[in-house]
Amino acid sequence: MSNSILKAEDLSAWFGSTQALRNIDLEFTPNSVTALIGPSGCGKSTFIRCLNRLHEEVPGARAQGKVILQGRNIYDLTVDPVLIRRKIGMVFQKPNPFPSLSVMENVVAGLKLAGIRRKSILMEVTERSLKQAALWDEVKDKLYQPGTSLSGGQQQRLCIARALAVEPPILLMDEPTSALDPISTAKIEELVIQLKKSMTVVIVTHNMQQAARISDKTAFFLLGDLIEFGETSSLFTVPREKRTEQYITGKFG
Amino acid sequence: MSILRKQIGDFTRLRYKRRKALSLWMTFVLGLAAVAASASLLAVFSYVVLRGAPELTLSFFMNLPKPVGEPGGGMLNAFVGSLLMVLLASAIGIPWGIATGMYLSEYGRGRFAFCVRFCAEMLSSVPSIVIGLFVYVLIVKPMQRFSGIAGAFALTLIMVPLIARNTEELLKLVPQHIREAGLALGVPRWKVTLWIVLRGSLSGVMTGVILGIARISGETAPLLFTALNNRFLSLAPDQPMASLPVQIYTYAISPFEDWNRQAWSGAFVLILFVFVLNIMTRAIFKPGLGRVRD
Repeated sequence: MSNSILKAEDLSAWFGSTQALRNIDLEFTPNSVTALIGPSGCGKSTFIRCLNRLHEEVPGARAQGKVILQGRNIYDLTVDPVLIRRKIGMVFQKPNPFPSLSVMENVVAGLKLAGIRRKSILMEVTERSLKQAALWDEVKDKLYQPGTSLSGGQQQRLCIARALAVEPPILLMDEPTSALDPISTAKIEELVIQLKKSMTVVIVTHNMQQAARISDKTAFFLLGDLIEFGETSSLFTVPREKRTEQYITGKFG
Repeated sequence: MSILRKQIGDFTRLRYKRRKALSLWMTFVLGLAAVAASASLLAVFSYVVLRGAPELTLSFFMNLPKPVGEPGGGMLNAFVGSLLMVLLASAIGIPWGIATGMYLSEYGRGRFAFCVRFCAEMLSSVPSIVIGLFVYVLIVKPMQRFSGIAGAFALTLIMVPLIARNTEELLKLVPQHIREAGLALGVPRWKVTLWIVLRGSLSGVMTGVILGIARISGETAPLLFTALNNRFLSLAPDQPMASLPVQIYTYAISPFEDWNRQAWSGAFVLILFVFVLNIMTRAIFKPGLGRVRD
């Protein structure tokens, strides 16, 4: 049990009076990729947004329960969500580089706004993060151009580089490829597999083939409940739950 | 082919012709309205240039008004006064307006924000003479004196709601997921607001600021009984202060021909200043530069 880096215990979430998540227990092992699947509106995005306390930024939204990060409950009253978010990076559905910032400024935004100003460090981090995000070769001559001038797939990898720049041990990805073409998608999938060596990845996806290709474990959500969680290979081949089987065979969702 | 069908065919053909003709007419009317609108601007501008430009000499900028009856003299007092009051108003009004806009867009929720927004809208549509009256009661009366401060404050009150509303609108164009991306990086909310949201919309915000400056540079009514006027060069903010619009007003309604001529020159300088500001804004802050694809 102590082998988990991040663990949700009895986690529930609401939007106003609507309950979006019901008593979720889920844990993530270090250096693994966990895929969250399920039909739209099943709470998987809400779930990962609870993991870095972003859920509560939506007016009227709240969460209850525990999320244990490296032995500490991030929902403790004394915990500053800002510090938690530095340990848990996030990539969103839509590529969202910061407007009016150059490629490089985008990558180092997290460091710069945390007070790191040394040019040599920023340069080093830019190169390392962009290489890690498999974008360096494409943008090394465009570091001072606006981040928004890149293509959609490049923008998404820029956002990944931005998240990696602060070296978080955990990376959350909320349908990172749903707005991208197949080639960009393949690049990002390859990237996720590489990232596993140095961090723990939690990825929400609508694409079951994608989940099967890149994840070690898969969790299936339905209407705010966690239905099934297990090794990806067994969940897709011998699901324990009837509803999981129906979903992965396309009977609903 | 029945007779009936032929008749229907004739009818629709006729209707089509009439519709085409009407369409042509209406397009013409709209075009005329557009031409008339831009022509009036052109007429105002060219008339002011014609009357004001020939009289414009260097001494007009360098000299103080001469006593009545003596020819010559300039509007140095008015240029300096306007500059001082607009600078003072901007120094207060720009940060105040941007801060209000940031509050409305980023933090304002519920009834209070609604009230603030409503007040800002009302304030920006209050006739500027009323703002002058208000400042008269608020500052001039207690101080027992017309002053540059009172004038600058009246201009500030005109500027703040303009900048606040413009800033709010522009910041609201920044999609929510951009803010979330900042928060998710472990950046505190105030830094996200300042360095990501505001910075991302800076070109639009600055356009609003410059248009605000242009607007208050030409305001006459709020200065009439706040700053009044001053025939001498005065840098003291607690004394009556001259301004270009009020000087133009005073000279224009005077019975002296020389003053009337100078009023035209003053108007020419004012209109040129506002034009240059407007054009500069468009050149420097190209629209859409800071926009975000949603």
